[in-house]
Amino acid sequence: MHVSAFDRYQHQHSRVHRLDPRAKVLMTLFFILSNALLPDGAWAAFLAAWGLALLAGSVAQLPPGYLFKRSFIALPFALAAVTVLFTVPGAAVLTFPLFSRTIAISDAGLARFASIVIRSWLSVQGAIWLTATTQFPDLMHALRHLRVPRLLIAIISFMYRYLFVLADEATRLLRAREARSAAPVSGKSGGSILWRAKVAGGMVGQLFLRSLERSERVYNAMLARGYRGQLLTMNPHVMMKRDWQELGTAVILIALVQVIGRLF
Amino acid sequence: MPIIHQTGAQEQRQTDNRAGLSTLLVERLSFSYRDGFQALKEVSLQIAPGEKVALVGPNGAGKSTLMLHLNGLLQGNGVIEIAGLPVVKENLPVIRGKVGMVFQNPDDQLFSPTVFEDVAFGPLHMGLPEAEIRQQVTQALSQVGMGGFEDRLSHHLSLGQKKRVAIATVLSMNPEILALDEPSAGLDPRARWSLINLLRELPLTMLVSSHDMLMVRELFPRIIIMDEGRVAADGETAVLLADAALLETHGLERP
Repeated sequence: MHVSAFDRYQHQHSRVHRLDPRAKVLMTLFFILSNALLPDGAWAAFLAAWGLALLAGSVAQLPPGYLFKRSFIALPFALAAVTVLFTVPGAAVLTFPLFSRTIAISDAGLARFASIVIRSWLSVQGAIWLTATTQFPDLMHALRHLRVPRLLIAIISFMYRYLFVLADEATRLLRAREARSAAPVSGKSGGSILWRAKVAGGMVGQLFLRSLERSERVYNAMLARGYRGQLLTMNPHVMMKRDWQELGTAVILIALVQVIGRLF
Repeated sequence: MPIIHQTGAQEQRQTDNRAGLSTLLVERLSFSYRDGFQALKEVSLQIAPGEKVALVGPNGAGKSTLMLHLNGLLQGNGVIEIAGLPVVKENLPVIRGKVGMVFQNPDDQLFSPTVFEDVAFGPLHMGLPEAEIRQQVTQALSQVGMGGFEDRLSHHLSLGQKKRVAIATVLSMNPEILALDEPSAGLDPRARWSLINLLRELPLTMLVSSHDMLMVRELFPRIIIMDEGRVAADGETAVLLADAALLETHGLERP
């Protein structure tokens, strides 16, 4: 069985797909950095940044709305910023009682919260654009060229390779539980919440132990083929003139967004 | 000094020639796991160049443990030589290129994102130049009938394909001996037969552990039966498979 739900690569032959992965990684990094640097409430600049994301998506020939739809996975994480609604001083827009105290949402707090949500949502679109146009191994080569520590790259590569195996294993465990979760003809089944929690905990433990054993076997397989503590790769990528040009264009556009953010 | 050096080299070559009779030599090998379980008890065997030998026996007989000794992943008491080169710590980098070890689960064997990177892993870590690595990878993949799969992601392959790529990952190192652990386990009949044909056509010395007696009869002229950490029998396949009492004693079935 294959779990390929994690593969976000879209097979296309656009200009973006043919770009050197380094250029794409840098573009995405600059884009995210630019979003983070935009001041609160720079609505025009946010709009411009979104326009940039749309443009990048259409040049890459991604299905319309592809980036937009996928980017919502980031929203729950933005909720971590919800406290700024109440903590930033400013004029109250909304007050309500809570435990015999009055809580106020300030206008400045609201603006900051909206800005944080938009920033993270825009940045996630950039990351999705990158993974949709770059094969994973190329991404790893790009990181190596950009001098990311080898150990870190090795860890990410193994995670990617074994995510699928782990997900398969988890699916099998779940299925085995399902198969034995019979209910009597009448009445409830499944036992108490505590009992269910124990079963789930046991399954997580199982998964951990299996991964640990697997890691030993993988390490043996690496040793058997001459691994001596240093991962080596061959990387055929070369930055061409075209890559530099497109990277330059992207940097100029991102700088323009920054200018809009500061002026308006 | 140069003279002494030369004599040394000559002696070395002579030992090579004498030991050239056997690709694999194991003498009185014993090994206990850390929990005290003695998995191997004075195991001795010898495999000549070009021989294809099956290693059979019940679960827990010590087959996999023996395999792990061949390239020094485990180290017990006794002597092991690969093409005359003793398996000791100083020789391990060379030994690991000489013993092509394929593990039972291809998901353990294929740890790189792409097929190319996995097959290139061995030669790359042996320090071969890039052009040669590319050539080895292409050759190894076409040998197992997986040419053109270089850029595929390992986790998108079927089990049969994964097994073939797993074999290619060691063929690319040009090993002296191929050590396979349960190569046909879990394969459907078609994938199993195509694997059997592949192993038949590979012109390499092989030691293959298996429960698949049908494959053993088809492929291997010689069987070594292991049980409880010892070599229980070692001989011609036709003779041993005809001995019903022997097979029953060691929990084996007749194909």
